[in-house]
Amino acid sequence: MPPSNRELFLTYLQIGLTSFGGVNAWARHMLVEKRGWLTEQEYAETLGIGQVLPGPNALNTAIGVGVRFGGAMGALACALGLFAGPMALLAGIAALYDAYGQLPLVRATLTGIAAAAAGMVLGTAIKMGVKLKPTLPLLAVGVAALALALLRAPLPFVVLGLAPFGLAAAWWAFRQGGGRP
Amino acid sequence: MSDDGDLSALVWGFLGISLLSVGGGVAALPEMHRLMVETHGWMDELAFSKRYALAQAAPGPNVMVVGLFGWHVAGITGMFAAMLAMCGPTSILAYGFCRLRGRLSGALGMRVFERGMVPIAVGLIAASGLLLAQGAAEAPLAVAISVGSTLFVWRSKRSPLWVLAAGAVLGAVFLR
Repeated sequence: MPPSNRELFLTYLQIGLTSFGGVNAWARHMLVEKRGWLTEQEYAETLGIGQVLPGPNALNTAIGVGVRFGGAMGALACALGLFAGPMALLAGIAALYDAYGQLPLVRATLTGIAAAAAGMVLGTAIKMGVKLKPTLPLLAVGVAALALALLRAPLPFVVLGLAPFGLAAAWWAFRQGGGRP
Repeated sequence: MSDDGDLSALVWGFLGISLLSVGGGVAALPEMHRLMVETHGWMDELAFSKRYALAQAAPGPNVMVVGLFGWHVAGITGMFAAMLAMCGPTSILAYGFCRLRGRLSGALGMRVFERGMVPIAVGLIAASGLLLAQGAAEAPLAVAISVGSTLFVWRSKRSPLWVLAAGAVLGAVFLR
């Protein structure tokens, strides 16, 4: 029995409000393990597409899940559910920050969190890079993206300029790998 | 700070970023840094890193940080405008793509595309981490927190919330 749009909305509302530290792990837990709406493989495919398309991964994935079960309205239900809770919370946080952000204790705490969050992003990138086991040309493309971004090359230049090299490297890896990209 | 010129610059800025944000919101942070800090001077780099920290400490998608940037420039209007600019067009694209998906899933072209684009996304995410760390590095201890957190997230399977909590405590005690 496929979920109704109302169930989709409520489930994504719950995902949005509990997903500390990134949505994808929580969404998987909810959709695959708790609700049983998707198999592991189906979720991985939906997430994969969400990550390749431009835009927020979690939102693209939610839209993919919504389309699958409820077409356009399903996609809308998932997207609104995902953002409703965090948007309300964030408006509150932003107002509090404006009021108290410069208090020494708040300032210091946030600097600590900011330093930790930066490391979290960097650690995630390393983890992803290692897990990909890139071939040498693919690794070179990744390093070039890092270097260009740090040299403050504009994003269109980085993405569109490196895409042909990335695709060529992937195609080459595919040929070398005997048909398994 | 919030006049019509700023609001439209904000919307156009995030519209442009969103359509090229392969790898999601975090990979686009260097470009957001350019928009917020370098081009318009709406905030300094410590403020930029702190907005990201606030968004990380709250639940929800990483892209919520765009709402905080919008709020900083033009209050609640800016928050919704920036989020819509960042999410609207790509949502329509994702919707259209997912409708076609049946025919494309598992296709060779799709797999090559994914494998070729992911390294670019990972490189951009690494650059985001370094930029954020640079922004937060107002004391040697902050740098140490960033390094420790990198190692923890890379090497351990525990929830990354632990490093945020540890960073908060260390910051509250030692960075005042």
